[in-house]
Amino acid sequence: MVREFTINELWFLVLAARWTVLLSIIAFVGGGAGGLVIAIARVSRFRLLAQLAAAFIKVVQGTPLLMQLYLVYFGASLLRLTSDAWTAAALGFTLYASAFLGEIWRGCIQAVPREQWEAARALALGYRPQLRFVILPQAARIALPPTTGFLVQLLKGTSLASIIGFTELTRAAAIVNNATFRPLLVYGTVVGLYFILCWPLSLLSGHLERQLERAGARTITFQI
Amino acid sequence: MDYVFQFGVVWREFDALLLGAWLTVRLSTLAMMLGMLVGVAGALATVSRWRVLRALARVYVEGIRNTPFLVQVLFVYLGLPSIGLRLRPDQAALLAMVINLGAYATEIVRAGVKAVPTGQLEAGTALGLSQWQLFRHVIWLPALRAIFPALGSQFILIMLASSVVSVISAEELTAVADTMVARNFRSFEIYVVVTGLYLAMCLAFQALFATISRALFARWGGA
Repeated sequence: MVREFTINELWFLVLAARWTVLLSIIAFVGGGAGGLVIAIARVSRFRLLAQLAAAFIKVVQGTPLLMQLYLVYFGASLLRLTSDAWTAAALGFTLYASAFLGEIWRGCIQAVPREQWEAARALALGYRPQLRFVILPQAARIALPPTTGFLVQLLKGTSLASIIGFTELTRAAAIVNNATFRPLLVYGTVVGLYFILCWPLSLLSGHLERQLERAGARTITFQI
Repeated sequence: MDYVFQFGVVWREFDALLLGAWLTVRLSTLAMMLGMLVGVAGALATVSRWRVLRALARVYVEGIRNTPFLVQVLFVYLGLPSIGLRLRPDQAALLAMVINLGAYATEIVRAGVKAVPTGQLEAGTALGLSQWQLFRHVIWLPALRAIFPALGSQFILIMLASSVVSVISAEELTAVADTMVARNFRSFEIYVVVTGLYLAMCLAFQALFATISRALFARWGGA
């Protein structure tokens, strides 16, 4: 029997957007922690550490997100870790976000003028206090606009979790479409929902960037 | 772990994967060329005298950049037949890629033209150059030089993103891999090799673009 596309189906889609948002938040928090480690490793004085971090970034940025999800999903079940789409998606997107945020934040750390490092050293601060109290706070300000921009890419990217069977907005659309057979309406609605989630973030990112430019700081852009 | 990896089945059909990689490159190149045309038209529209055209270009760019590529692909393939536009999977994939690229290319081209200093345009006008001569002798090369790196990375991005069109079984590398997985269930081994192929393609194109960039712009003051 074919169902009508009613307010209930619309509500089902809106509720499914919660999982899109939740997965994005998990990936962002996990990727934020991982990204910080990657960024610091990338600017490290230990050459091997810096090269490992660079290689990780290169591999993640040079391969399709879908392949990364497949490898985590099938790899985790081979290792008998889990065959659960939730865990695989959370892990896959965390790795993905770690690499991108690591690369963005590396740029931000390097955008802090050299003199700041030298001044901190002149104050007899060790490497860690230099980073912790002088460099990172300044880098964080530069990092805000491109990080917000990446959040949009991450949110859009979570739609791929539907392919490994994680029920979020895009998979909910397939479910509703199979029941109602109104593809134009269903996917039109889903396009609209993604837009409502992403556009404010894009505007915020642009606003923050202009603010930083007006303040005369060096900026790093991240293409959405 | 008691799983035994079997890469033998992958190497036996490696030719099929290479063919898939070629299909991916072909699809991405075609999409990139058509997408550039849309991008140039879009960039012209954003500086148009007509407000409606400017607004439409804005809506297009923001709409595409703020929605997932996968949903755009599904919208084109599943949604458009409702309004009478029935496409084969590979046609739908190409159309979705062109629409997606067009939006990003619009932004890139616009930034390129803006990168030409106003003083040079004024100098050209003062020399009595026509619109076409202005474009030919003043704008075109610096603009191309400014946007070349962005275009190169955009090509690589769409090449990687194109793995998503396997969901509508358009013919490309990931779809070829999916078919192999369905036959012998060696999913992990196959996707490891395919991931390696994508990485190789990405690195090869990065090197190619760097070479082209040096060759094109070297005699003109370096890339």
